This record gives sequence, C-alpha cells and structure tokens, in this order.
Amino acid sequence: MKHTLVEKIFGNKVGHEVKPGDIITVPVDWCMVDDIMAKFCIGKFEEMGFTKVYDPEKIVLIYDHFLPSTQADDTVAFHAGDAFAEKYGIKNVHRTDGICHQLMTEAGYVKPGDIAFGTDSHTVTYGCVGAFSTGIGYTEMAGILGTGEIWIKVPETIKVQIEGKLNEGVTSKDVILRIIGDLTASGATYQALEFCGSTVSDMSVASRMTMTNMAVEAGAKCGICIPDEKTAEYCNIPYDEKIKNLCPDEGASYSKVLTYKAEDFVPVMACPSLVDNIHPVSELKGTKVDEVFLGSCTNGRLEDLQAAAAVLKGRKKAPHVQFIVTPASRKVYKEALNDGTLEILSKAGAIITTPGCGLCCGRAGGVLTDDEVVVATNNRNFLGRMGTSKVKIYLASPVMAAKAALFGEITE
Amino acid sequence: MSETFKAKIWKLDDDIDTDIVLPTEYLALKTVEDMKPYAFSPLRPELAAQIKPGDMIVAGKNFGCGSSREQAPEVVKALGVSCIVAQSFARIFFRNAINNGLLLIENPDLHDAVKEGDEALVTPGEKIVVNGKEFPIASLPENLMEILNAGGLVKAMRKRNGLD
Repeated sequence: MKHTLVEKIFGNKVGHEVKPGDIITVPVDWCMVDDIMAKFCIGKFEEMGFTKVYDPEKIVLIYDHFLPSTQADDTVAFHAGDAFAEKYGIKNVHRTDGICHQLMTEAGYVKPGDIAFGTDSHTVTYGCVGAFSTGIGYTEMAGILGTGEIWIKVPETIKVQIEGKLNEGVTSKDVILRIIGDLTASGATYQALEFCGSTVSDMSVASRMTMTNMAVEAGAKCGICIPDEKTAEYCNIPYDEKIKNLCPDEGASYSKVLTYKAEDFVPVMACPSLVDNIHPVSELKGTKVDEVFLGSCTNGRLEDLQAAAAVLKGRKKAPHVQFIVTPASRKVYKEALNDGTLEILSKAGAIITTPGCGLCCGRAGGVLTDDEVVVATNNRNFLGRMGTSKVKIYLASPVMAAKAALFGEITE
Repeated sequence: MSETFKAKIWKLDDDIDTDIVLPTEYLALKTVEDMKPYAFSPLRPELAAQIKPGDMIVAGKNFGCGSSREQAPEVVKALGVSCIVAQSFARIFFRNAINNGLLLIENPDLHDAVKEGDEALVTPGEKIVVNGKEFPIASLPENLMEILNAGGLVKAMRKRNGLD
C-alpha cells in the first residue's frame, strides 16, 4: 500500500502499516504545555492519580501567553508550572524565551518524523519540519503525561501542490490564506494538509511554518511539509536516509488534491470576522487602520521582521497608527537587534514588545474598542479576539502589515 | 446513554469558535463556575443567563473551531447544556467534549428544521424528535463510548491507575 507522509510517520511509530480511519494508539515524542493550560493540566494529572510522568525529558513547559503578566492572578500559572516541574524532574521549562510554537522547533525539540502534542491548537506548526503535531485539551495532555501515549484516528490527507515562483510582495501568508479561503474554515476538518511542490521547496523553513501554523484554521488535524536539506540544517541534524524516507509515496491516496500555480497568488487578507473570508488587498485598499500588529507564531520570525523593515526603512509610520512588533522568540529578537532590523522598525515608530502570545489573543496589550481596525499578521480574526466584539481584524502578511502601518490605511 | 430526554433548543449558526464560547480573558478565572457568565459573550452576552440546565444547543457547521481551550466544553457543560447537535464539530472541541462527558451529536438536517425555543426529544445513539419530525443520529465509535461510559477521561485514567 502507498502512503501519504502522515500515514508513514504513524506507521513508523506503531511498527505496522496504517490507513486512514484506523484508530491507533501512538507513542508521543514531545508534549508541549503552555502557561494558560498548565494549572488545569496539572490538576487533571493529579486527579487521574499518576505519581510520575512518563518521561520528563519529553515534556516542555512554556510560559508565553501571560508574559508580561497583565491580570492579578496570571502568575499563578507560573507557580503551578514551576512546582510541577520541580516535583517531576522536568528540566525543559521556558520562562521568557518566546512563543511555544516557535520554541518547539527552534530550541531543538521536535525533529522530522516525530509525533508531538500540545495544549494549544497551533501545535500544528511543527509540521514545518515534517513532524506530526496537533493540539489537544488539557485533560488529554494529562493522560499523555502519565502514559506517554494517546489514541488518534489516522487522518485522510489533502494534498496541496504549489508549483512555480511567487510574485514580488507575495508571501507564504498570502498562500495559506488563499488556501483556507478555498477550503473554508471547516474544509479540512479531521484531515491532514500535505504541502508540496517547487514553491514549498523554495520556501525557508520559517515560511513553511506560517503555512503549517494556519492548517488548523481550515479545521485540519495537522499541516505537514516534506523535510529536505533545509529542514535538516534548521534542525541541526544530518540530511540522511532517515529523513529522505520521510516523503509521501508516489501513488499515495488523497481525499482531495488542490493544485496551484505560484504566479496566481496575490496579496490577500482575511476580513472580519472569519479566517476564510479572504479578499485580495486590491479590493480593500483605502480602509483606515488604527493598529498594526506584526508578530505571533504565524509571522514573528526574523524574515517577517526583515520584510516589514524593508518597507519601512528610513520612513515613519502614519501618525494615528499604533504599530506593535513582537518577535516570536528571544533568539529572533536578538538576531533582529543585531542586524539592525529592530532599529529600522523602532525609528519607523514601532512599539517593540517582549516575545509572547499576548497581543494575538487580546491578552497583553494592543486591545481595541468598537469599530477600530487592526491589520495583524497573526492567525485568527475571531469576534472579540483583540478587544471588543466590534473590533475589525484583518489578517495579513508582514509586507501588507508594514504598508498599512506606513500609510495608515490598507494599501496594496 | 440511551435514555430519552426533553430539551429546549438554543440556536446558533456556523463556525461558533472557542473565542465566542469563552473569550481568552476569562480562561484563567479560578473555576469553571466563575467563567459561566461569560460563555458566548462576544456573540450573545445575554445567552449564558438564559440557558437553563437540560437545554440543548443546535448549531450549524464547524462548532467549536479555533483554540484548544478545554474551558469551552467545560463551561457549556457547567451551564447544564444536555447536548450540542451540530452539522459538524471542530476536532479538538469534539475530543475535549467527550473527555468531559459532554454529549455531542452530528446531524446535517436538524439546524435548518428547527427554531430557537422549540422542544426536542433526544434519544442518544438513536434519534431526535422535534415538531413531530424524526432525525436519526449515529452512535459514537467504541473507544469513545468507553471514555463516555467511564464518565470521562479522568475517571477512565483513575480506573487504569487502580484508584476507582
């Protein structure tokens, strides 16, 4: 039987062939628990009656949503996490290093072919290195922490093949937004999205992360890219036979195949208040903007900050715009500081914040009031996510976000 | 699981995301009881106070899309909602609901056939009857029934650990 990449990963792990629809119990290579869910997860773990974790080396605790803390009880999460880590010998605790989904690959945890679960829906991001990863609730995570395994239904796979070279000013964000628009917000529910073709091969791992990060916005169980030499370099591992074998079989069976030509993509935005409400920027130009947010696990990497800096170099943001930049991690922050990117953005009038998730979920800064408009590079424009339920959130690429900051209105 | 119950319908549409079910700002409140007044607040701020124990929610497609927050199904269960019938559910919400013992039922037709305030007779695993019309419903896969029958994942794990 021929297999898609996700079927291969599961087959390798359970030691026998699997097919879509099979309900299997898989061993878990990585567990990511974030601060919002930590105390609830720990509570469930104890309620379940476990006395030890299955493997402290495989558990990563990351504090990112509540930093800097903004509500009186936020730090309770850190105390709960720290006490749990101490009690069970968990050494992988990141207290101010950045957004969980950035760190799980950047800090060297998840590698090609691994199976990872996290207490946040954007755990799908790690498919960028050819791993299976997905989000779960804290009760299920508590179960994994104790047993090291979880049941999963082997998903069908949708193949998304993109060939050719993207036009100037078009990024992987525009690509994934268009794909979500075509699939709709539920079009890939329970399924895997496998991204392939020369356009994806040409992308940096950072650009691929933007794509896999948003797979869940089409309902997908995971998004995955085929690991290659770039992946090996990013993961700091040899490009060997093991990685080369992590590719879909010729003739594998897909539930659907979407084929795109790279040159057909144009800059787009997801308009209020649905991620699949996609419109070309050309239709939206002139919309007045109150805030621009550049950052998040979707688009807070060095290349994203650099793309914005290229637009803003030697220029100033529009006076009325609140322009907030959040690097995805401390490492990204440092790199952007060292290469002058942050200086350009700061001189252009940006507020540069510590790495974290707060802006994206309206939890730490940048919250807006009725009828205000924000152009943001994150992944969700849900009702009330960045302020009141009448705030209008437009999701965009870093290039389009920078232009909106510069001109104070959506600009092509 | 197969006992028939009567439930008043609250109707919601497509793509009810978990930020609507419970916004991020309330996720760190001390208990699920504290979160109850804010359920569905971005969309219908008055709804949480109107829902009475035993009522049901009937929604369109992709209910529970978005974040993995388990507080979403927990708060719905805490409001006393007996079940959610939707055209489809987002996968993380689906798993979280089952793990917390909240009954979810997929049905393609019910949403378009009922209005808010209608009363339904629900027989889990069999059918829903509203306004004299019958809507057949499927039963869940065996491994999920095991979790539901154990009373949720916590209880299933306690049993595994020899505690109950």
